Amino acid sequence: MATEEQLALTKALSGDGGLGVEESTLVSIIGKWRKKPEHVSSFRKNFNRLFSHAGHIEKCEDDHVQKLVIEFSRFHQITVLWAMHPHERDARWANQVTHKNHPASILVEVASTRSAEDLLGARRAYQTLYHHSLEEDVAYQIKDSKSKLLVGLVSAYRYEGQKVDNDVAKSEAKSIHSAIKSAGANKISENDEVVRILTTRSKLHLKSVFKYYKEQFGKYLEEDLSSDPLAQQTVLCLDSPASYFSQVINSAFKEGATHAETEGLSRVMVSRSDIDIEEIKEAYAKLYGAKLADMIGKKTRGYFRDSLLSLAGEAKA
Amino acid sequence: MATLTVPHSIPSPQEDCEQLHKAFEGWGTNENLIISVLAHRNAAQRKAIRQAYQATYGKDLLESLLHETHGDFEKLLLLWTLEPSERDAILANEAATKWHAANRVLIEIACARSSEELFIVRRAYHTQFKRSLEEDVAAHTKGDFRKLLVPLISAYRYEGAEVNMHLAKSEAKLLHDKISDKAYSDEEVIRVLTTRSKPQLLATFNQYKNEFGNAINKDLKSDPKDDFLAALRAVIRLICTPEKYLEKVVRLSLNKMGTEETALTRIVATRAEVDLKLIKEVYQSRNSVPLEKAVKHDTHRHYEDLVLALLGCEEN
Repeated sequence: MATEEQLALTKALSGDGGLGVEESTLVSIIGKWRKKPEHVSSFRKNFNRLFSHAGHIEKCEDDHVQKLVIEFSRFHQITVLWAMHPHERDARWANQVTHKNHPASILVEVASTRSAEDLLGARRAYQTLYHHSLEEDVAYQIKDSKSKLLVGLVSAYRYEGQKVDNDVAKSEAKSIHSAIKSAGANKISENDEVVRILTTRSKLHLKSVFKYYKEQFGKYLEEDLSSDPLAQQTVLCLDSPASYFSQVINSAFKEGATHAETEGLSRVMVSRSDIDIEEIKEAYAKLYGAKLADMIGKKTRGYFRDSLLSLAGEAKA
Repeated sequence: MATLTVPHSIPSPQEDCEQLHKAFEGWGTNENLIISVLAHRNAAQRKAIRQAYQATYGKDLLESLLHETHGDFEKLLLLWTLEPSERDAILANEAATKWHAANRVLIEIACARSSEELFIVRRAYHTQFKRSLEEDVAAHTKGDFRKLLVPLISAYRYEGAEVNMHLAKSEAKLLHDKISDKAYSDEEVIRVLTTRSKPQLLATFNQYKNEFGNAINKDLKSDPKDDFLAALRAVIRLICTPEKYLEKVVRLSLNKMGTEETALTRIVATRAEVDLKLIKEVYQSRNSVPLEKAVKHDTHRHYEDLVLALLGCEEN
């Protein structure tokens, strides 16, 4: 019969159902079980995920230990990221895409949601860290069909003023629509006109383009791009970053989230805490009918949970 | 390397702007006075004069210059008085919006500036034109030229001295293969030329010559009328030896053989504080005649005086 403490310890060390570990629980049980090795022994015998019977001992399962390393270090990782210069963070995330096979979506995120000056800062930091330019590495390391769009996005230095030419925006909405019809929606990120529009126009101009698209063709451009995820993500990041970030956060909470998806939670919370976390909370509530703070409380643990709440501007649970 | 001559002790910006105002006053304009001031001040000093002029007389010095001077003299004076980044932004805007295949001004600006300088131009472009430079270049060019020019003006090349010889060898071979296949606008050619650092490219071109016998520009001369090939050669020339490329532009402009007579104005204005001295040296060695002599032969009156002053001639 498992004691309350055994259950708590099992939960704390299972690495399941929640991100991070409940450090306070662990510390308290370590204290309670001092000079009671029989309790620890009984726990080992019952906790089959971490321990298996081998000779006269219950040996530690390396696989699970590795899994725990990740969970224990979520707090470490988020703290280091938080302390880093924002431009260095962006440069490192970009380099993980070019050199460590991380998903290209992270590059789209960094290139499309930062301000023009912050993207320039990230490019400078990239040169300092890696002795190559960002566009050089993206063009060289990513040689597939997405490269045109990605190189264009990271090279952009968009105008950030108020001036928009609505006639041009209208005709560009039409161009994009024709391109989707003729090129086929899954190849849209290879189309020169679409790449030109998405990678050079100002964000305000693009919002106008997307608005005219809906008016003229009845559907949101994102819907018509569902078979080209990178193009679709680009449009979402440029049009409504708060909705995009909410989606990234939410995929970390789901059952069976991948390592990349759970890292997305830390990445978004750290990089947006000072920028637009309020808008993200609003967008999250609209999209998922739940408060972000509540979901963080439910789905994450320990110091990791507390740091996420702090980054979200919320009091501790 | 610069040809601009500034006297050891100069009047204050306030005194300078008063002199200029005097030059505009009354009947006619005192062009020599204008030249004696503006043609002997560096960019920071000219900026200070413009600020003093605005504060004292309530209008931009450029406006007065526009009103009081004319023709090529006016054009050079305006370009010269501007800050380098504003100047480049205006030249880039003109080149982009009136673009045609033989226009290589954008290539000049993209390749003969440092990475930081190019970014300052892009910032000045936002302020002046309320659009981004890449937006305008992309919208006014198409096909192979757009493929080349947009990444070229968006580049933020690494400026360290490191060179990867292994990469230089493999990319020299890559370029050679593509050129042999006449695949001049291939993605890989564009990638190498528009993203690699300048030291890396210099090493690559050296490798090309060592490995394959010809300088890369020689292999890009298969069709002398092809504007795209000329554009590629310009990129390479401007990265390796800008003063040689710019000398040729000046030479053709003076012979009126080039496509734009304003080239002399543009190069004098943009290089007088950079490497116009080197360009003069190349001119002399190529033509056995000093550049000043050709300028005196081909230009007139106040425009000639201003060009000579910016060339460092101690005539006045």
